[in-house]
Amino acid sequence: MHNVLERLKSGRTWDFPGGVHPVDFKTISNTTVIKRPSLPECLYLTVKQHIGLEGQIIVAPGDKVLKGQALTKNSHPLSVPVHAPTSGEVVAIAPHVSAHPSGIAEATLQIKPDGEDKWIDLTPLTNYQSLPKPELIEAICSAGIAGMGGAGFPTHIKVGVQKEVEYLIINGVECEPYITSDDRLMREHAWQIRQGIDVLTHILNPKHIIIAIEDNKPKAIEAMQVACQENRKYLVCSVPTKYPAGGEKQLIQMLLNKEVPSGGLPIDIGVLTHNVGTCYAIADAVFSGKPLIERVITLTGKALSKPGNVWALLGTPMSHLLDFAEYDVKKQKRGQRLIMGGPMMGFSLRSDHVPVVKVSNCLLVPTDSEIPLTEAEQACIRCGACADACPAGLLPQQLYWHSKAKELDKAQDYNLFDCIECGACAYVCPSQIPLVQYYRQAKATIREDEKEQIKAAKAKERFEARQARLEREKEAREEKHRLAAEARKKRAEATPVKDTADQIDDSVSESDPKAKVAAALARAKAKKLQSAPSNTESTEQPEKAQKSAAVQAAIARAKAKKEQQAQQTAEAKEETPSQKSAAVRAAIARAKAKKEAAQQNLEKPTAESNEPQDTSSQELEVSEMTAEEKKKARVAAAVAKATAKKEAERQEKERSDNSVAGEQAHNEPAQEVEASEMSAEEKKKARVAAAVAKAKAKKEAEQQEKESTDNSVSDEQSQSAPTQEVEVSEMTAEEKKKARVAAAVAKAKAKKQAERQAAQQNDIDNPEDKELTE
Amino acid sequence: MFQVASSPHQHIRRTTSSVMQLVIMFALPGLAVQTFFFGWGSIIHLLIASLVAIATEALFLEVRKRPFEPAIKDCSALLTALLLAISIPPLAPWWISAIGAFFAIAIVKQLYGGLGFNLFNPAMAAYVMLLVSFPVQMTSWLPPQSLAEHQITFFDALSVIMTGFSTDGYSLLQLRNGIDGFTMATPLDTIKTDLSLSLTLQESMQKLTFSGASGVGWFWVNLAYLIGGIGLIRMRVISWHIPAGMLLSMGSFALIFYLINPDQYATPWLHWFSGATMLGAFFILTDPVSACTTNKGRIIFGATVGAWVYLIRVFGGYPDAIGFAVVIMNMAVPLIDYYTRPRVYGHQKANRSNK
Amino acid sequence: MTAAIALIAVGILALVFGAILGFAAIRFKVESDPLVDQLDEVLPQTQCGQCGYPGCRPYAEAIANGDDINKCPPGGEATIKKLADMMGVEAVPLDAAHGEEDVTKVAYIREDECIGCTKCIVACPVDAIVGATRQMHTVITDECTGCDLCVAPCPVDCIDMIPVKQSAQNWRWDLNSIPIKEIS
Repeated sequence: MHNVLERLKSGRTWDFPGGVHPVDFKTISNTTVIKRPSLPECLYLTVKQHIGLEGQIIVAPGDKVLKGQALTKNSHPLSVPVHAPTSGEVVAIAPHVSAHPSGIAEATLQIKPDGEDKWIDLTPLTNYQSLPKPELIEAICSAGIAGMGGAGFPTHIKVGVQKEVEYLIINGVECEPYITSDDRLMREHAWQIRQGIDVLTHILNPKHIIIAIEDNKPKAIEAMQVACQENRKYLVCSVPTKYPAGGEKQLIQMLLNKEVPSGGLPIDIGVLTHNVGTCYAIADAVFSGKPLIERVITLTGKALSKPGNVWALLGTPMSHLLDFAEYDVKKQKRGQRLIMGGPMMGFSLRSDHVPVVKVSNCLLVPTDSEIPLTEAEQACIRCGACADACPAGLLPQQLYWHSKAKELDKAQDYNLFDCIECGACAYVCPSQIPLVQYYRQAKATIREDEKEQIKAAKAKERFEARQARLEREKEAREEKHRLAAEARKKRAEATPVKDTADQIDDSVSESDPKAKVAAALARAKAKKLQSAPSNTESTEQPEKAQKSAAVQAAIARAKAKKEQQAQQTAEAKEETPSQKSAAVRAAIARAKAKKEAAQQNLEKPTAESNEPQDTSSQELEVSEMTAEEKKKARVAAAVAKATAKKEAERQEKERSDNSVAGEQAHNEPAQEVEASEMSAEEKKKARVAAAVAKAKAKKEAEQQEKESTDNSVSDEQSQSAPTQEVEVSEMTAEEKKKARVAAAVAKAKAKKQAERQAAQQNDIDNPEDKELTE
Repeated sequence: MFQVASSPHQHIRRTTSSVMQLVIMFALPGLAVQTFFFGWGSIIHLLIASLVAIATEALFLEVRKRPFEPAIKDCSALLTALLLAISIPPLAPWWISAIGAFFAIAIVKQLYGGLGFNLFNPAMAAYVMLLVSFPVQMTSWLPPQSLAEHQITFFDALSVIMTGFSTDGYSLLQLRNGIDGFTMATPLDTIKTDLSLSLTLQESMQKLTFSGASGVGWFWVNLAYLIGGIGLIRMRVISWHIPAGMLLSMGSFALIFYLINPDQYATPWLHWFSGATMLGAFFILTDPVSACTTNKGRIIFGATVGAWVYLIRVFGGYPDAIGFAVVIMNMAVPLIDYYTRPRVYGHQKANRSNK
Repeated sequence: MTAAIALIAVGILALVFGAILGFAAIRFKVESDPLVDQLDEVLPQTQCGQCGYPGCRPYAEAIANGDDINKCPPGGEATIKKLADMMGVEAVPLDAAHGEEDVTKVAYIREDECIGCTKCIVACPVDAIVGATRQMHTVITDECTGCDLCVAPCPVDCIDMIPVKQSAQNWRWDLNSIPIKEIS
């Protein structure tokens, strides 16, 4: 423990295996102070700029925002907000090319600066030491701070750890060649970085604080030493220059001779690392209340005439920075190249509209000779240079073979996921094999495959559950039938003989030919009569249509409901599931009734063929889907939708009676059956009904009112008959005749059912039954 | 449109061909010394083998419908030819190196899938094939020029290689005579023969072939390869593990046996500096394709080759054994690699991940 | 006589070894999933029926009974490879008669055209469509297997199969195949 510190104090560190020593080219950009470019014309703020989840957008296009105003809110612990980097107007929220290797467009807030750069009211927490820690962490979170070293892990998560922190390591190593943003930041703002460390120390209360800086940055070391000299706990430590010493895991190994367990986090061994840039941002957030809206980014590479570090507002498009640094396109003769990040781990940009995000630390624009274009990959000669360079102790060559051959399990066996993608292996490869690319692809494929596997397992589970459910329902249905049959038998013995026939009609809902046929007949007739005038008054009247359709449906439903009640009465002695099954049966009954109605409806006019237009339309309905037909169907569908809405209201009522069916709305196969019949029927109805005479409307409306207010079973039949009568009265002579017949049938039916109802009432003595019915 | 490439964008400026060229360069001092002591034969064989090797490589790549230009440029065929030519007795007939080079490239390398896929070291597999198929031609080493009865000029060498007779009409057998008029063998061969004739080692070492503790000429050849090899290590072209493993294992075997019976067993020194020891240790075993790739594995590979060489030299039927030992151990490379996986960062134990 | 002794000796030996083998077979028996389960695990579970069987498990059973392994387009080459491994047969190319390997798709209902017929709900093998009669339906994208079975039943053709959108999250590091649109 103490010898670790002693060793570090005496200027010695441990070493990690492998590593490479690329030429660092840092002097290109680290000799000038951090400059500040002008405001860009438009800022593109990617909603998700860090690892984790994106925040919720809380502004809308057209909103005026002030500098520092939050644009998203952190709806999830793993998200951090983004803030307006300057005052202006949100002009759009749209996908925009992202600062990601894929360049896939992501949700981006576009802000047009108004040039006033007016801050929102800031609330500094200068007395942070007296504040409760959660409040400080909250402040860090709402300042939108995510790790600025490159990975972009939300800082408040790291700061909010519950475990004890033994070592707090401030990472100022910056081991990648070319990048000097942390170097400059430490040189110029060492004091503020120290303030940030103070805050972190206050929150985390670590035993030791180590500030690690690579020994090729003597001026930064000096500046930090000066800034930290007041506090003896702060140990500024220079580490030998070797790539990738700045990798979190490697840095820990170098400083403490400890290893982060595979798949674990540094905090598991009591270590926490933070980038110097993050410390700076924390100090900003706490002492001046400023959220993270800008960062230092290194503009470097020999294709830039004026390389250097700049303070770039988040969302600044690269093209703006390139203009500032005077990008000379002519120096890249063999194709333009922009690299975000360093030459070892950075990625190529696909567009110069990519915005600066919280993790962008460098924009590298090399000339052709500076960083040659990738040459063709050659055969691996198994030289093992990659294994010698790997800081994680992996065998890159084996990983390469297995990744290339898509033997992903073997690649995992060689610990593919311990690869930190530092690129040291590909850097030394004499065959120019883009090893890291192979690993990344393999990793992505493994991850996606795992996701797919989970999805497949879930699909399987759902499929099996569905099968089981269908099976169960089938069984339940059969059981119900059996019980119903038994009950019927019993009752048949008990009740007078004259009722027997009716009883049977009631309970065997599915095979209830008389009742159903009768009802269907009646409706069909009525339907036909309706469709006749539809031709003469062919102006479409959606409202009319709805009403008429609704009436029809209501009749069917009423009938079904009645039947259902009858059923439930019959199954009086059954347990609770009977309700559901009753509902199912009712639904089936309903469906069948409707189907038949539809069929007859369809057949009659066709057969009589006195309404050619109508006929043709219905024929079309039957023969499915020619192109023009589709169009019609859609029109019809629109009408039907309107109808459906009204129906839905009605249904709700129905559902209250029929609670199980309502709950299981989309699961209930019976209802689905009904529904499937509905669509065809419905459209037809809608279309037919659309042409029903206006005069009829009033009467029907009255009817409907009646119906909806008084939805009780016993009335339904008697209502349905008058409905049809009303219709009949307005028909032409020959139609009237038909209608009369129908009405007569319906009336007869209604009477019969009324009788039945009376019989049933006698059965409903049991209070339990009533409950079920409800 | 912007160019897209995978990171890392920066590369070390060392390519496969530069690696191969470095190996060839560092072998040249040894070749020079060898030529100095044993005549121009090696150079002539190098030319023949190179031509055949490159032609074969081009032909096979053409047949396999692969671009042959990069494969020729990477100099790997040239290196194979060099190693083969060095290993062949300088005045062996021309078809020896031609067949050897063809076999090395066509059978051992291309039929296995080309560079990077060959299980065996092409040069050594070809050498073993030649040694088994043409034992007489492959063991007809010359005495060092300083000890030879006949001095061989470049044209003599060319003539012998092409026709079997020198410009003066001497046959190869006659050319092998030493200044004492007897056919001279290599030091290792001499010892082997003498020991089988019940002479002691000391008596055998009195012969002309030896001067001091090692064979005439052979010491310098080995020394040249040693220096070249150290250069390669310093240039980070090869790692020290394989040569060190081999030399140490061979040395310790020799030392143990020497201490047990100095009359019967030669000194480590003699073993190190005779035959193809140094060439093998630094240039042949370190062929990246067919050797181990983990450092631990490299030490094991080197050490086992060393052991094999010693055992075959002392107890086997052949005077030298680099070729056999390398080919045998090439077969074990995948196994060694598998069991010598380094410990990965963050893992407790080496080898398999904790799945 | 000697022949008899030899025969008896060999016979006894055979018995002894037979007993040892029999014992070993019982003692060291490896409990493993029945083949059908293993095969079922490998199949993509889209339940699409493109193989000609009503679901993945029936196809797994059919394979176990000797059916061809190349009838699963959603699984594609990778699945065929695994099945071949498991069944100890050569991997063969996908049988085009059953369809072609395609990008992953999910069903999408154009909601303003949906008439609420529930036909697709009935067709969906994994209950990934929600909606009620005459109510607009929608697909639970996360649960959709892209099996295509809901497309045909739809009377108004309002269901589209759309390829899963590529995002930074599911991007497979394919540096060369990203469509780039210049936005300015």
